[in-house]
Amino acid sequence: MNFTAFVDAAKDGILTGSLYALMATGLTLIFGVMDIINVAQGILVILGAYLSYALSVHLGIDLFVGLAITIPTLFVVGIVIEKAFLGRLKGPEKTAMSILVTFAVALLIEGSLNMIFSVNPVQLHAWYVNRSFSVGGIHFAYIYVAGFVLAVVMLSALYYMLYRTRFGVSVRASLADQASAALVGIDVRRVSTICFGIGVAVTAAGGMIYGATTTFNANTSYDLISRLLTIIVLGGMGSLGGAMLGGVLLVFVGNIVGVIAGPIWSTMAYYVLLVIVLLVRPQGLFGKQSARVA
Amino acid sequence: MYTKGKLFRTLGAGSLALTSLVVMATTSGASSSTLAKGAPVKIGISLSLSGDFSGDGLAFQAGYQLWANDVNKSGGLLGHKVTLDIVSDASSPTQVVTNYQKLISTDKVNLTFGPFSSLLTLPAAQAVSRYGYAMVEGAGGAPSVFNAKLHNVFDVALPVANSLVPFATWVSSLPKSQRPTTAYYVTSNDPFTQPQLPVAQKIMAKAGIKTVGNQVFPAEVTDFTPIADKVAAAKPQVVVLGATDVPTVSAFMQAFEQSGFSPKVFIATAGPDQGSTFIKAVGAANADGVMVPNSWYGLAANPQSKKMVAEYIKKYGGTPAGVNADVAEAYAVGQVVAQAVNATKGFDNAKIISYLHSGVTLQTVLGKTKFDSLGENPYMTAYTFQWQGTTGTKFVQVNPVGDPNSVKIVFPKPVWGK
Repeated sequence: MNFTAFVDAAKDGILTGSLYALMATGLTLIFGVMDIINVAQGILVILGAYLSYALSVHLGIDLFVGLAITIPTLFVVGIVIEKAFLGRLKGPEKTAMSILVTFAVALLIEGSLNMIFSVNPVQLHAWYVNRSFSVGGIHFAYIYVAGFVLAVVMLSALYYMLYRTRFGVSVRASLADQASAALVGIDVRRVSTICFGIGVAVTAAGGMIYGATTTFNANTSYDLISRLLTIIVLGGMGSLGGAMLGGVLLVFVGNIVGVIAGPIWSTMAYYVLLVIVLLVRPQGLFGKQSARVA
Repeated sequence: MYTKGKLFRTLGAGSLALTSLVVMATTSGASSSTLAKGAPVKIGISLSLSGDFSGDGLAFQAGYQLWANDVNKSGGLLGHKVTLDIVSDASSPTQVVTNYQKLISTDKVNLTFGPFSSLLTLPAAQAVSRYGYAMVEGAGGAPSVFNAKLHNVFDVALPVANSLVPFATWVSSLPKSQRPTTAYYVTSNDPFTQPQLPVAQKIMAKAGIKTVGNQVFPAEVTDFTPIADKVAAAKPQVVVLGATDVPTVSAFMQAFEQSGFSPKVFIATAGPDQGSTFIKAVGAANADGVMVPNSWYGLAANPQSKKMVAEYIKKYGGTPAGVNADVAEAYAVGQVVAQAVNATKGFDNAKIISYLHSGVTLQTVLGKTKFDSLGENPYMTAYTFQWQGTTGTKFVQVNPVGDPNSVKIVFPKPVWGK
C-alpha cells in the first residue's frame, strides 16, 4: 500500500469528517433539546450553500464574509419553521410526527430551490477553493482546513453557550425536565425556538464549506441527510461531541478501508462499524438516557 | 366442499378471466395504434427531472420539446398534433418502470421515448417490451442494454463500449518522445462508464503505456476526495475517468488541483459534454484541455444539427458550444420515430419495430442512423471533443485526427491552478 495515499486518506478523514460534524451539529442539538428529528437538515445545508452562492455570484461577496449574512438569515428561517410548524407538535408522538413535518418542510424548500436555481448543479468559487499548501509532501486544501477550523470554533462556541451562559443553563434545565424548568421561571417554549434557530443557523457555515467542496443542487440534500443521520446515531443522538466523533469516524474509516481494500468497500465498512457500535452501545458512542447534550 | 363439476366450472371461469387479462395486457399497445381524426398522438416519456441525473434529464426534456414544437409547426405526425406526456422518475431504476407501466396502461400513450442513462433504459425497455411498444432512446448505449436482447430497443447514439477508441488511438500514436508513459483508469460502477475503460486500456497498454492504477468506485459515492487523492499519489500522466455526470468530474478535478496534481491528459466519459453546466461547476480556466468522447457537438456541420442548435439558442440562450449533447440525442429520437411513423403510415408499434430493424438508413441531427439486429447504432462515428482556451466557449472536435472538422489537440493539458 502507498504510504502517501494512506496518510492522505487519514488527513481527508479528519478534515472532511469535521465538515460533516459541522453539518450534523444542528441536527443533534435540535434533537437533544427538543426531541425533534429534523430531516430537513440536509436541505437546510443546501439552502445555506445556495445563499452563499447567490451572495458570491450576484453581489461578489466573499464566501466567509457572506457568513455574516447567511448565519443570521438561517437563524430567522429556523425560528420561522419552528414557530409555524414544530411548535405545534405536542404529546408522546411528537418525535415521530416531527419526521413527517420536517420532511414536508424539506420538500417545500427543495421545490423552491429547484424553481429559483434550477436543477443544474453549481459550485462555490473563490481563489482559495482549489488552492492548497504542502507540509512534508502532504497537501492541505485551504478550504478543508478552513472548514475544520470553522467546525472547531462553532462547536466550541456551542459548548460555551451551553455551559457558560445563563441561556445554556435554561437549555440544560429544559432538557432535564421541562415541567420543573417552567416552575422555576424558564420560558421552555422560547428556549426551544431559539435552539431550533441556532441548530439551523450553523448549517449556513456547513453549507458554505460543502458548496465549495462539492458540486450541488437541491437534490444533493438526500445524500446529505442520510449521512448526517448516520453520524448522529453513531455519535449518540443529542451529543455535540458525538457528532464530531461520528463525522470524523464516518469519513476516516471509509477512507482507510478505501485505500486498503478499494472504494467499493468503503461505504460498507462504515455501516459495519455502525452496526457493531449499536450492538454494543445502542445509545451511540456518547448518547445518554437522562441528559443527551454531552 | 367443491363437487367435481363445480370445481371444473370454477377453474374454467378462472382460466377465462386470466386469459382475458393476459390478452388485454398484451394487446393494450395495439389498441393505441389507431387514432381518431384530429386526435393528438401521445408520447410517453419518463425523465430524471430530479436526483442524480437531473441535469441530463432536463437537457433531454428540452430536446424532446424542441422536436415536438418543430413537428407540430409542420403539421404534426401524419396530421396528428404531438403531445408529450413527461413524468419524472427521480433517477430511480424502480420508478422508471412504474412510470412506463402507468404511461401505457393508464395514460394510453401511443408511443414511448427513452429515459436518461443506461441504468434506467434497461429496466424501462424491459417494461415497455411487455406491452409490445418500441423504445427509441438516446442515452442507453451500454452493452448491458443490448445484451438483454430486447427486440424493441433502439439507441440513436453511439454504442458506449468504443467511445474512447479514437482517444486511445491518438494517445498511442504520439511519437515516443511525447507519448505519456503511465495511465490511471478510475470509474464509477455504472453500466455506461465501466465498459469503456478496458477498451481504452487495452489499446494504450499495447502502445507501452503502463497502467499504474485501476479503480472502480460505487456510483453512490459522494465524497471523491480519497479516491482522487489515491490517483494523484500515483502521479499518472494520463487519467481516464469513467463518470456519468458533472459533479463527479468536478470533484475529481478539484481534488487533483488541491493535491497539486495535474495530468498531461485528462478525459472523462461524460460531464465535460454538459456545456455551460460543466463550465459553471469547474470554472472556465480549469476546463482548458479537458476531453470527452461523444458523437455530437454544438458546432457540428450537419445542416439539421445547425438548425436545431439555432432554435435551441433562440429559445434558451447560450452559445453553440454550450449546447448539451443530450439535447441532440433527444431530438434525434424524435426524428427517428417520426420517420418510422411516416414510413409505416401509422402508430402501430409492431410495424415501427420491424421498420427500424429493416436496415433502413435514417437522417437525424446526429448524422446517419442505422440499427443492427440488437438495436445499436454502430455506424455512428466516435469523436473526441476538448475544451480549449480559458473563456469556456470553445468546445471543439479534436478526434479522429485527420477528420476535416478536427482541430489540433491541446497537449499537454495546461496545468490546473496556473
